[in-house]
Amino acid sequence: MLDVLTLFLFNIIVYNIPLLYGTTGEIMIEKSGSLNLGVEGTMAIGAVAGYLAGAKCDSLLVACLVSFIASGLVGLLFSFLTVTLQANQNVTGLTITTFGVAFYYFIGNALSNSKGGWPTLSGTGLDAQSQAIHIPFISDIPFVGKALFSHGILVYVGILIAILMWFYFNKTVPGLKLRSIGENPAAADSLGVNVAFYKYTHIIVGSGIMGLGGLYMGLNMGGTFEGSNCWINGYGWISIALVIFANWSPAKAILGTLIFGFFNTLRVQNAALAYTFPNTLGWLTKIPSHFFSALPFIITLIVLITSSLTSKGKSGEPQAIGRNYYREDR
Amino acid sequence: MKKLLSMLVTAALALTSVFALAGCNSTAGEGGKGGNGKSGSDFKVGAIYINSQNDTSGYTYAHHHGITEAMKKVGLDPAKDLFIVDNVPEDDEKVKQAIDQLAGNGCNIIFGISFGYLNAMDEKAKEYTDIIFSHATGYLSNDKNFNNYFGRIYQARYLAGIAAGYKSLALKNNNIGYVSAWGTEYAETCSGINGFALGVLSVNPDAKINVYEISTWGDQELERQAAETLIDTYGCCVIAQHCDSAQPQIVANEKGVFGCGYNSDMTKEAPKAHLAAPIWNWDAYYATAIKAAMEDPANFMTKVGNYYEGLNAGLVDVSALSENCEPQTKEAIEIAKKMMVSGEWDVFSGVKLSFSGEAGSVAVAKTDAALVDNTGKEIVVAGGKSVDDGVIQGSMNYYVQGVTQVN
Repeated sequence: MLDVLTLFLFNIIVYNIPLLYGTTGEIMIEKSGSLNLGVEGTMAIGAVAGYLAGAKCDSLLVACLVSFIASGLVGLLFSFLTVTLQANQNVTGLTITTFGVAFYYFIGNALSNSKGGWPTLSGTGLDAQSQAIHIPFISDIPFVGKALFSHGILVYVGILIAILMWFYFNKTVPGLKLRSIGENPAAADSLGVNVAFYKYTHIIVGSGIMGLGGLYMGLNMGGTFEGSNCWINGYGWISIALVIFANWSPAKAILGTLIFGFFNTLRVQNAALAYTFPNTLGWLTKIPSHFFSALPFIITLIVLITSSLTSKGKSGEPQAIGRNYYREDR
Repeated sequence: MKKLLSMLVTAALALTSVFALAGCNSTAGEGGKGGNGKSGSDFKVGAIYINSQNDTSGYTYAHHHGITEAMKKVGLDPAKDLFIVDNVPEDDEKVKQAIDQLAGNGCNIIFGISFGYLNAMDEKAKEYTDIIFSHATGYLSNDKNFNNYFGRIYQARYLAGIAAGYKSLALKNNNIGYVSAWGTEYAETCSGINGFALGVLSVNPDAKINVYEISTWGDQELERQAAETLIDTYGCCVIAQHCDSAQPQIVANEKGVFGCGYNSDMTKEAPKAHLAAPIWNWDAYYATAIKAAMEDPANFMTKVGNYYEGLNAGLVDVSALSENCEPQTKEAIEIAKKMMVSGEWDVFSGVKLSFSGEAGSVAVAKTDAALVDNTGKEIVVAGGKSVDDGVIQGSMNYYVQGVTQVN
């Protein structure tokens, strides 16, 4: 009985941490005033590049570095197009999504057909390094030990990134400057903040963080490539929704991820819960599974509506988001 | 200038991704240079695929492999005589365009492998009366140049069920899991589940088959989580599947239980877990169809017609039994296979098989027993004839006794 609940909590974390990576990465980019709709593609490129490099060197560290760099390069491309060349951010982001996912399939299919084939994960050092870490005593606590403290390193890294990012935004000078760019780049510029530099660096770092989330998904899926089903599978898009849900706060993103994750897991586990607790939760099976799939988005909608109705001015949305900054317009 | 440059870069990116996505949305098959038609024969084969011809596993791969093997068998060169349009979604306009393209290439027979190509193929068969259209998994046809083809995969699933049944007996665990894309909504998934279940029950009459329906064809993560739930919550010791990826088998491998894959021998993905997988040998049909179309296209519909074969034609089978199987499995499967190949017995009839005995002396008993669904309703009377093919292919929407859908 407890097992079901443990598994439920465990799954919330294990399957939804990639959302946290995508969301925090996107928050960093949006805080600089840029809207990057290319999360899905950026994650796909980070996933495939990181996984292949990691498999080649049999090292999780290499996988993470390459994943970060590959996605960072996608971020560089986005910055070059939108900051330097002033291209439309929406179109560029969508292009990056199409490009990234196609790149994923292109590399995957090509490699699957090559002599060596797609590298398998099972039994490699990369696999061992990404497995759950057993923390003495803490992992052994009943219920929470398994649910919260028996995860792979990348789960903890994801949460750490979110916390550090919150600190960076709110407690450091560069974080303040970044936020000022997102609110009013002209004002920041007049105060001597290098707008283009800030945008470039944060878009690159934010994209790199997304890449780690993609890599995590690939590793979590046992590293198998399917010719018709991308690892990322829409998580990039959910991340964009989560940014709004979290009101552009990395700390709230952790909470948002857990709430999203709760419904995501409920979609899969509702039958198991009803089966284990027939008297109290038996009614869960009567709800069509499609409703569970839709629930996170319904909640986002409600959050959007209530937040736009109640807290005028309190929204964390950067004022200048989506608009390119022309210095000459100032 | 900046604007122009940015537009150019964006356009270039978009173009590259189009090429990359399609990968090779090529018309001219593998050779690409086909067209001189001097390869000993002027016969050309066309194929429309739902995924890429470069896939290395899965549905499109199985068909592509079948077509190329069959062509070699009948003396055609796939590099020259096969024209492919791949990555074609189930969209009438797109399918029609693909057909026009293949007709323009001079194809004599066109295979469409996905269910949703149905209406477009039906329509175009009336336009191109000199081309033979052949559609997998569908139900439409005409009496001149349009047929459908599919196979009795439930027979192969029954055999895989035997392997699972022996495993559950050995482990003294009656819970068997089954990750299915769909449940009773489609006869294809439903008859597969029932076939597998009856196979399990022929060995272990106390077994319970727990079906987890994920409601989609392609979602690796859901497939994974479904298998985890079946193992962790329902205590299943064998995980069978009717979905695209090998995730359920990988999970079984990780969690130290066993499994039956689908479509291909998944032993390489799950070396410690995999027992046997129901598989398709599509070349059995493709060789028949291409040969008939080459020799006597006018009488294709009388000679081949709508094709629905099984173990007897070698169209379906189980993959080689892995070392994880129990010792009695091989004998029992051979006995059941023999009975189905000879036509002496079939899965959905009012006669049930019961296997007993140890390895080396496995015996089968045939008893008349009504086929009953899991609500207790009688489907076939004891000793009665098998359920109609039309029902198995098109309208089966009940689970047999012993099957429970958990979600």
